[in-house]
Amino acid sequence: MTDTPIPAIELRRVSKAFGSVKANKEISLKVQPGTIHGIIGENGAGKSTLMSILYGFYKADEGEIYIRGQRAKISDSQAAIAAGIGMVFQHFKLVEPFTVLENVILGAEDDSLLRPSLAKARKELSHLAAEYELYVDPDAAIADLGVGMQQRVEILKALYRRADILILDEPTGVLTPAEADQLFRILHRLRDEGKTIILITHKLREIMDITDTVSVMRQGEMTATVKTTETSPAHLAELMVGRKVLLRVEKAPAQPGDVVLEVKDLRVTDDQGVLRLKGIDLSVRAGEILGIAGVAGNGQSELLEVLGGMHPAQGQVRLNGQEIDLTGRFSDGQSRRKRGISHVPEDRQRAGLIMDFTAWENTIFGYHREGAGLFTDNRALQAEADAKMQRYDVRPPDATLAAKNFSGGNQQKIVLAREIERNPDLLLVGQPTRGVDIGAIEFIHQQIVALRDAGKAILLVSVELEEIVSLSDRIAVMFDGQIMGERVPTDTNETELGLLMAGVTEKVAAHG
Amino acid sequence: MDLITLLQVLDSTVRLATPLLLACLAGLFSERAGIFDIGLEGKMLMAAFFSAAVAFVSGSVWLGLLAGIGSSLVLSLLHGVASITFRGNQLISGVAINFLAAGLTVLIAQSWFKEGGRTPSLIGAGRFNSLELPFAETLQGVPLLGPIYAELISGHTILVYLALLCVPASWWLLYRTRFGLRLRAVGENPAAVDAAGVSVIGLRFAAVAICGVLCGIAGAYLATALQAGFVKDMTAGRGFIALAALIFAKWRPWHALWATLLFGFLQAVALRYQSIELGQITIPVQLMDVLPYILTVIILAGFVGKAVPPKAGGEAYVKER
Repeated sequence: MTDTPIPAIELRRVSKAFGSVKANKEISLKVQPGTIHGIIGENGAGKSTLMSILYGFYKADEGEIYIRGQRAKISDSQAAIAAGIGMVFQHFKLVEPFTVLENVILGAEDDSLLRPSLAKARKELSHLAAEYELYVDPDAAIADLGVGMQQRVEILKALYRRADILILDEPTGVLTPAEADQLFRILHRLRDEGKTIILITHKLREIMDITDTVSVMRQGEMTATVKTTETSPAHLAELMVGRKVLLRVEKAPAQPGDVVLEVKDLRVTDDQGVLRLKGIDLSVRAGEILGIAGVAGNGQSELLEVLGGMHPAQGQVRLNGQEIDLTGRFSDGQSRRKRGISHVPEDRQRAGLIMDFTAWENTIFGYHREGAGLFTDNRALQAEADAKMQRYDVRPPDATLAAKNFSGGNQQKIVLAREIERNPDLLLVGQPTRGVDIGAIEFIHQQIVALRDAGKAILLVSVELEEIVSLSDRIAVMFDGQIMGERVPTDTNETELGLLMAGVTEKVAAHG
Repeated sequence: MDLITLLQVLDSTVRLATPLLLACLAGLFSERAGIFDIGLEGKMLMAAFFSAAVAFVSGSVWLGLLAGIGSSLVLSLLHGVASITFRGNQLISGVAINFLAAGLTVLIAQSWFKEGGRTPSLIGAGRFNSLELPFAETLQGVPLLGPIYAELISGHTILVYLALLCVPASWWLLYRTRFGLRLRAVGENPAAVDAAGVSVIGLRFAAVAICGVLCGIAGAYLATALQAGFVKDMTAGRGFIALAALIFAKWRPWHALWATLLFGFLQAVALRYQSIELGQITIPVQLMDVLPYILTVIILAGFVGKAVPPKAGGEAYVKER
């Protein structure tokens, strides 16, 4: 890089500490204009903190920021917007009952009356739609839009504010593969029009696919900045975690035994009277992992909740040949656990843990009535929890700490320790690695495979297609409360699965 | 029931609905911005006392009104500081304000006027008097429309007309202005407002202040227009009825008008008919008196369809990613 243009963004020795934790340590970074620059790192590596400093959410303790060569003081979001920086957050900052148009102008109104601003925004949106293929119905309420569309609204908000530097924080976490591809096309287009894009992600594939340059962060430090064409996923992964990691789960071929779980014509109606499961048939054998793939919200959550005893249903479910109560007195989670079904819920913070309770208390929930008598032997339980936490590599290994003080990955390990150590016949596991960093993902995957190899049946639900493909022995794809088809991972590909996830049936897929 | 009786009942419906309407709109602004306010009652009571006290001492009802608004505003800001600045629990802050007002008003009244916790009766310019609209007298003779104009539409105090005007004004402010858009947004998703670079705290304080002004007018109306002076606990649960009406109205200004008119009507009926004879059965006056409160309980228990409150209501905003 000899005749480098003035960087769109330059950070010089930016540091930020929260208490004693150094989230960013003397970060220096140059982002060239008109490029897609990836920032990759494990959870907690400091990527989001760094971007929040850039967007004025946090103030750096030390260091300087230059935008297009000019020293910039970004004291709040307004200053960032004025400097031409737009941010698409991981959790969208949209007002759900408002229309697209109202969300776009919020905070960027020209006038104290709305009408002229709305009219101007409507015109502007149609320009942007034409220019970047970013069409969204301006009068639709956000609540009625899918996540992909909502994300477009976020991008449009930034463009409407004349942002020419766009930061996207984990943008594909909520998207289907097809939606993600569409997003990437939009990003390419934006780059070709001269915009600078910073993409924060922990997905190596995305970095390889669409970035021009990539910076790697580890434990608050910027460890490397390289051209994407001059690196490889394995190399980046190594830079991220500081050691080699297995991206593919290593596992022996499954040795399926008897059928453990058999589901026939399972139907669920939600509180609004909408049919969410429309007759599910599936079975899981001992010693195999059945993966349920699908875009979030197509009934996978309901399936897990029904089997875990959190929701009544109609139909037939058999465990080891014995019928399971789906509506009556024994349809609760307690009864399920007694029958040998363990459940790692999708949302561990809501349904898997009590965040304000200690780790050791959390390791006995659901099984706390198993002791004899009225009292618990806290010392014994703590010792037991200590041992479990050791085995599951929970860090820090302190059982008296509240669950909320652990990172996402370690919280998940606490839940897994509780559920797997009960030695269930069937393990239901939802989104096992959501919000979990790479090191912990590997460990969690190994635990799940080990349980399979011990001859247990596992039903895995995940929105991460890669996870489903690499862990499962069989894959069932759900769409709109139905199973669209079953595949064997070695005999399919992401395109085929993606089509099934989008509801395109086998026939059409075969012809198309 | 003849026309004149009906008109009289409707006339007192309007008068009784006015404080409810003002308090309901006050709550609407606060809750639309994400600040629950069960302290409407306390603010009204405080305003009722100070407006009556100042009106009596100064002889000017307008000074009384200002004093009422001022005292209500002080309580509003207290609520704001507790729940916005210090992120305290909004319900507890509201309860505290209600207790504070109930105690302070009687205490100060006793200390100033020594009449058993009330203010002396207001007379003349110390009270809001009814306005005769033009031609009320001459049009009296026109069948139907004449009496409706003279009895129902004309002959209220200026605060009644002000309250009615507040309905379209609130609607316009909320749905047609930048301030309204931001205010509604901050009650639904303050993070969106913050990310757009607009002050969440500033907007919420503005909303709480509007709430204070409207509660102040409502309280002043009670003591200086509906009645002539302050008596202990004279709000009689109107702040809570206004909250019920707010839920009934699903946090929308025009619906708030209809909801408070309904409550006002029930109160008017109870006032007019001390007991109702239905054949053999006599409905006692007590039952009539509790009707508005029973309706309140029914509404709050959610028997009138699903009312979705502003999503961020009741929660202090903590900046996070």
